[in-house]
Amino acid sequence: MFTRHIAALATVLLMGTAPLAQAADKPTDPQIAHIAYTAGTIDIEAAKLAIKTSKTKEVVDFAKDMERDHEAVNKQALDLVKKLKVTPEDNATSQALSAAAKEERAKLAKLEGAAFDKAYVENEVAYHKQVNGALETLLIPSASNAELKSLLETGLKIFQGHEQHAEHVAGMLK
Amino acid sequence: MSKRQLWIALVLVFGTSPVQAETIQVTIDKLVFSPATVEAKVGDTIKWVNKDVFAHTATVKGGWEVMIPPKATASLTLQKAEAVDYFCRFHPNMKGHLAVTAP
Repeated sequence: MFTRHIAALATVLLMGTAPLAQAADKPTDPQIAHIAYTAGTIDIEAAKLAIKTSKTKEVVDFAKDMERDHEAVNKQALDLVKKLKVTPEDNATSQALSAAAKEERAKLAKLEGAAFDKAYVENEVAYHKQVNGALETLLIPSASNAELKSLLETGLKIFQGHEQHAEHVAGMLK
Repeated sequence: MSKRQLWIALVLVFGTSPVQAETIQVTIDKLVFSPATVEAKVGDTIKWVNKDVFAHTATVKGGWEVMIPPKATASLTLQKAEAVDYFCRFHPNMKGHLAVTAP
């Protein structure tokens, strides 16, 4: 599922850097808002599954941190689009992210115990890494509204923190 | 006021001020501890003011931890002389340093 996940984003990234296609493929602010919100929702749903499934305190605590932070970021994002009178616009990247996440959740839902913990936490490391890459190379540089850009930059710092936190939890599970 | 009372009053005002503990404020805004480095004395209080909508912690590995709720403040009165690095357990990319010396 990672492969597909990454492939979807890689396509976007490659298209974004191809000189001829650049202007057309740069996501617009309404699309960026939609992608960021979708990425947050995906992690909240994964967290809910982990809170329900895992019996390991470190994993449940981590999942609760993810749920809390991503809900806070998404609330800020909603407040901002409302203020800017921007309607988030669904797009191919959001759809690819959602489809890949649905597959990942289906895979996780079949696991339990240590196998679940390991798969969830490893996916969290990879997922945050992937979202951070997209934020750094595509979403932040493409954002034209200053407030949206600033929110994405704060989001990047939060998610970089989550990536390190997830790596720490992954280390504890070994 | 007699001379003697005045003398006592002066001692109270000036005599106690040099050892009075201070409160040092560290602001957290957009996942940054500011100032990142603080010098303090035993007995001083560090007050973290969290402007973010995210919960943070000030955690010393193998040592103390202060929970700092969103849009709130949290304090710690320094008990011993030590120089420590601290970080946020939820966002380990947030780092601070505290140098505490004897009063």
